[in-house]
Amino acid sequence: MMMKKLFLLTLVMLLPVFAQASAGPAIQLDSMQADATDKASLQRGMQTYVNYCLGCHTAKYQRYIRAAEDLDIPEDLMTEHLIFGDQKIGEQMTSAMDPKLAAKWFGATPPDLTNEVNLRGADWVYTYLRTFYVDESRPYGVNNVVYPAVGMPNVLAELQGVQSKTCGDVAIVDLHGAAVMDAQTGAPMTEQSCEIFSIAEGTGSMTPAEFDATIYDLTNFMAYMAKPYKSDSQRIGLWAVLFCIMMTILFYFLKKEYWRDVH
Amino acid sequence: MSNEVANPTRRRVLVGASLVVGGVGGVSALTPFVASWNPSAKARAAGAPVKADISKLEPGGQVIVAWRGKPVWIVRRSAEALANLAVLDANLADPDSAKSKQPKYVPGNAARALRDEVVVMIGLCTHLGCSPTYRPEVVPTDFDANWQGGFYCPCHGSTFDLSGRVYKGKPAPTNLEIPPHFYESDTIILIGEDGGNA
Amino acid sequence: MGVGNPNRAKAKSGIVRWIDDRFPLTQMWQDHMSKYYASRTLNFWYVFGVLALLVLVNQILTGIWLTMSYEPSAEGAFASVEYIMRDVEMGWIIRYMHSSGASAFFIVVYLHMFRGLMYGSYQKPRELIWLFGMAIYLALMAEGFFGYLLPWGQMSYWGAQVILSLAGAIPVVGEDLVQWIRGDYLISGITLNRFFSLHVIALPMVIIGLVVLHILALHDVGSNNPDGIEIDQNKDENGVPVDGVAFWPYHVIKDLVAVGVFLTVFCLVIFFFPEGGGYFIEKPNYEPANSLKTPEHIAPVWYFTPYYSMLRAITFPLFGLDAKFLGVITMGGAIAILFVMPWLDRSPVKSMRYKGWMSRLWLGIFVVSFVILGYLGTLATTEGRTIVAQLCTALYFLYFILMPFYTRMEVTKPVPARVV
Repeated sequence: MMMKKLFLLTLVMLLPVFAQASAGPAIQLDSMQADATDKASLQRGMQTYVNYCLGCHTAKYQRYIRAAEDLDIPEDLMTEHLIFGDQKIGEQMTSAMDPKLAAKWFGATPPDLTNEVNLRGADWVYTYLRTFYVDESRPYGVNNVVYPAVGMPNVLAELQGVQSKTCGDVAIVDLHGAAVMDAQTGAPMTEQSCEIFSIAEGTGSMTPAEFDATIYDLTNFMAYMAKPYKSDSQRIGLWAVLFCIMMTILFYFLKKEYWRDVH
Repeated sequence: MSNEVANPTRRRVLVGASLVVGGVGGVSALTPFVASWNPSAKARAAGAPVKADISKLEPGGQVIVAWRGKPVWIVRRSAEALANLAVLDANLADPDSAKSKQPKYVPGNAARALRDEVVVMIGLCTHLGCSPTYRPEVVPTDFDANWQGGFYCPCHGSTFDLSGRVYKGKPAPTNLEIPPHFYESDTIILIGEDGGNA
Repeated sequence: MGVGNPNRAKAKSGIVRWIDDRFPLTQMWQDHMSKYYASRTLNFWYVFGVLALLVLVNQILTGIWLTMSYEPSAEGAFASVEYIMRDVEMGWIIRYMHSSGASAFFIVVYLHMFRGLMYGSYQKPRELIWLFGMAIYLALMAEGFFGYLLPWGQMSYWGAQVILSLAGAIPVVGEDLVQWIRGDYLISGITLNRFFSLHVIALPMVIIGLVVLHILALHDVGSNNPDGIEIDQNKDENGVPVDGVAFWPYHVIKDLVAVGVFLTVFCLVIFFFPEGGGYFIEKPNYEPANSLKTPEHIAPVWYFTPYYSMLRAITFPLFGLDAKFLGVITMGGAIAILFVMPWLDRSPVKSMRYKGWMSRLWLGIFVVSFVILGYLGTLATTEGRTIVAQLCTALYFLYFILMPFYTRMEVTKPVPARVV
């Protein structure tokens, strides 16, 4: 008894110490559920990656042919539309840019992105790519919400348009997204925010919804690339676990049978 | 506690079932270890089909390309040499290539080629894997006084004609192997792929 | 009566007789399996030894296979791990079996050690078993440390950097020693190569040898049990312990159930949670090692974090020694003190079942402190956390230091003549 009480007491005393630990990062990331079964999304994502990212960011552990097999892209279409230069389908997705030159242009070699989702998580990538905003103090005229002082231009601006971040009053919404009304006046309540994003009219070729969908597909592809064996793993894993459970039950009865001799 | 087993049948069934299930589990657990010895994606990329340009290959000439790290010979034979091939049949171990490795779509005749004048084969002796030397001249040699042109293996003395067919009484058991290949165009041969012929 | 195999009296086959004339095959089988008797009352806590052996086999087998594709060089190591994960057919399973296996090893070993503390398995005549076991634990920590550098990711690199720097705290020779271990002015491919050699050849041999000694010593004196009663005090007319049950087939089959449960959990981890929420494979390790940039938050792998916490908890100089060196001493002492366990416990009884309330309370405090220290070791430090870590470090050591006193003072319960 005494031990349990003491244990509980210790726990209660320690709670504040651990509570600090669970406080999340200041920036709220938009959630993104990768779906490795949505082949169409992955195909579009790969197309975006090859057209907008691969110029600077290699994916040097991913082979084209593996993507062709996993994403159901016929090899001839892959070779024709997604492989630039004289690369062969069996090769890895490297970039044509010389890393030394890149380091000179951008201040650092653009990192390889094969493992980016493993490193930072899909939510981070999904949010990062959508939160560039105009900031004239930066060399490329843009900054990023989740990656402050980012050293990369917003290469997707032609799709998204020019996004700016301003301060102003915004309506307060409850957990369900409905506006909160002032109890006395009945008017919608507002609060000051410096996280208001707006896109300059006519600067992007996509609507915000289309752009979000494009980034979803791109992130989905990058999530695939981070763990290309993931769907295999879940398929094999299910059988392995079921088999082990069955084996355990059988062993349990075997044990009971043998231990009859003892009891 | 007694030394008598109360229900021997039940015990036997359980032991048998456990052995089977344990065995299946053990073998399945070995799968990744066996599978990981297969050629990896890297090896497969390196072993991808190779293209050979034969536009500059003259009659009597030979080009060697590497496919999966093996020498692949492409030899263009003159009309004279081709006509000579059939004559040799009696001296050969497997003149129709019945026992030898070659794709089904390559004729098992004297020419052993998709287009009679150009033969494609893997330049490794079927005896112990040395690479024979090309001896196209029809002149008496120290290994064959009646040499009709072909290949001679310096390791153990096997001799082959210009279609890679092995002579009788030599250590090599079969003719030189012919790899999968097809003509992508009149002058380009793709080695390592059937091109829909298989 | 003790229970042996009821269908015993089978005639020896010719081949067995032939071998027996030249090698003690049947003798060994009997000594270690069919006539090795352990208490019929061994409970759940007694499965972790067998599980540790299973994990050892897993590590060796998968380790051999990983070595086939791994490249121990600063230029090639990171890429070769990616090669295993992506290009080698089913290589990802083998690698996850190995990386999760390392964590599984420490989980089962910690539970195995807790069993020893709880039932007094280190007491006379089992002191040597405990010492061999502690040596295995030490070798295992070294093995884990060397192995963690091999993927050559950011966490590998900086984790090794921090732990190696510990040796630098040793007065006078520290810095030279660290440089000698690294073989370079920084952790480089040279360091990687020696760690690789130690990880795949030297330490596995040491561990296997120690495991053999551990088991030989155990089979000589016999297994303890939850009551801490020597079962060979009570033998029947055939010399078989009355409460003993033959290891083969009874305990083996019992252990099979535990093996089944373990494999189920293990498969769940390797196929569904191979990164163990960032504890088994840490996120920064997806970035290749970069000697010019430390990741934002670095922590050793979870199985080192209790000691790491203690190291960080020492923030003050004492007795003229600076805090850094003192931290290293504390960390080393925390492991060293476990070795003398058999001589700290002065209790007349072995098992917690018959010890007094003070022993139980202190064991509880010890476990809670160890777990809290382990958890804190994965977090960044704050003032509050440092105080908690200091408190837990003190409690950790008090458990051992006070043991000779409370184990002698407390009133123990009478131990029955036979296991219950």
